Amino acid sequence: MTDIQSLRNDFPILNKQLDGQPLCYLDSAATAQKPNKVIDVIKTFYQDENSNVHRGLHTLSENATVRYESARETIANFLNVETREIVWTSGATESLNLVAHGLSASLNSDSVIAISPFEHHANIVPWQEACQRTGATLLVLPMLDGVLDEQGAIAMLKQHKPDVLAMGHVSNALGNIHPIESLISVCKALGTITVIDGAQSLLHLRPDLKALECDFYVFSAHKALGPTGVGGLYGKYQQLNALPVYKTGGEMIKEVSFERSSYREAPSKFEPGTPNISGVIGFAAAIDYVNEIDPSALQRYEQALYHSLLAKLRQIEGITVYGDTQNNVGVVSFNYKNEHHYDLATLLNTYGVAVRSGHHCTQPLMKMLKVNGTVRASLAFYNNQDDIEHFINALSATIELLD
Amino acid sequence: MNIEHITKKLSESHGWQAKYREIMLLGKQLPTLPDALKVDSAIVSGCDSKVWLYLDLDESAQQLVLIADSDTRIVKGLLAIIIAAYAGKTPEQASQFNAYELFESLGLIAHLSPSRGNGIRAIVEQIQVQAEILK
Repeated sequence: MTDIQSLRNDFPILNKQLDGQPLCYLDSAATAQKPNKVIDVIKTFYQDENSNVHRGLHTLSENATVRYESARETIANFLNVETREIVWTSGATESLNLVAHGLSASLNSDSVIAISPFEHHANIVPWQEACQRTGATLLVLPMLDGVLDEQGAIAMLKQHKPDVLAMGHVSNALGNIHPIESLISVCKALGTITVIDGAQSLLHLRPDLKALECDFYVFSAHKALGPTGVGGLYGKYQQLNALPVYKTGGEMIKEVSFERSSYREAPSKFEPGTPNISGVIGFAAAIDYVNEIDPSALQRYEQALYHSLLAKLRQIEGITVYGDTQNNVGVVSFNYKNEHHYDLATLLNTYGVAVRSGHHCTQPLMKMLKVNGTVRASLAFYNNQDDIEHFINALSATIELLD
Repeated sequence: MNIEHITKKLSESHGWQAKYREIMLLGKQLPTLPDALKVDSAIVSGCDSKVWLYLDLDESAQQLVLIADSDTRIVKGLLAIIIAAYAGKTPEQASQFNAYELFESLGLIAHLSPSRGNGIRAIVEQIQVQAEILK
């Protein structure tokens, strides 16, 4: 069995001291820390291997191309899909824009796009734009006490038969794991295209997309131990290839004349210009790293930490925790009495605790929860019980300072 | 509240927690803005927290009058420092005043970094712009 505790040593930043305080990093939902393996691969690439991909006949270019394309295979295997079904993008946001732009070509004023109330702005705004362009209607699924109302959502889907359902696998603001399996199966029967935002689920849940049967799935490398500025889009091949091009330029073309151009097949047609080569290779190193960890051991460990954090937090009088605490990847979103999340997070920072505060790019959700924001502490497998003690002590001291 | 008193208090506080405690105490001394004045047109944009700012000129004394409030304790405390620094200055004096030097001397310069989201930079810039108009 993997010793999850010892993996922490692979993350050099976690040994850092800030103003004489050890770093207590509880902001992995914003970005995950990087293991040495990823840092080394990127450094080695620029030091020894740097070259542009495709079309180069020299050795370095050949090698870079092989690494770049085998990275696609690595992520495809991880998600249990075909290699040609993975498009490299700059991240989940670009992937969502690509799909929303592409699908709008087949939407009109009779169309309906359904989203959940938990969505990150990146999974709201591109669909609003699509609605504006096409006249389609945006439908928001219901929630109850900070949890998706699954039965209500299914009833709403059956009633409105939307053309598209776009929703997160996991809520970034609250950590809720949504019942996407049941919603996808309802959508399949209705002929609704499903777009799943996997930004928050890739690392924690390791989804098997063949089993999930969604049509599209988007992700960001940096939330899964990889570098920033790179991510991807999965699409069932026929549907992916049917999307119109989103960005144009070199690399993606079959033939260009001054009169017209023809495009290559997916995924190439969505990847114009020089790609983020070191990012893609670094991301593959992150996936290789994750592949060495037993997924059920990782989940058990993260869940134990989460429930320990939750229990300790709930012992503090005046704390309100939001969201689904039964099905959660390890995010605690909370407030203390009427104190402002900004004050809490600023004071926690003086104890070396890194948490996020604010609306977490989910303003509509915050409005539904009747708050202007929360403090969000988000865990990953490289956290340990010491981090939780550190956080709870810092929070108690912060509360003392405020009371 | 004068700026010498604030400077003395803050220089006597060692460590960030002590400094923040002092800053929050300064904020407590600042009067709360009535809800009727907490309107969108008075909001300083560029802050994570809400900041309402009013600036006017006392015509007879030719001195600036500032009223401000925030929904967070820390930013309200920082506002108290800014108000103490600018209040009573003529528009001419205000536009020549370097608030960043003050924050530097108070050991609070970290709070002016644009990424902090407390909007102190935005507040100071707005005061400077309005003082320029009142000149």
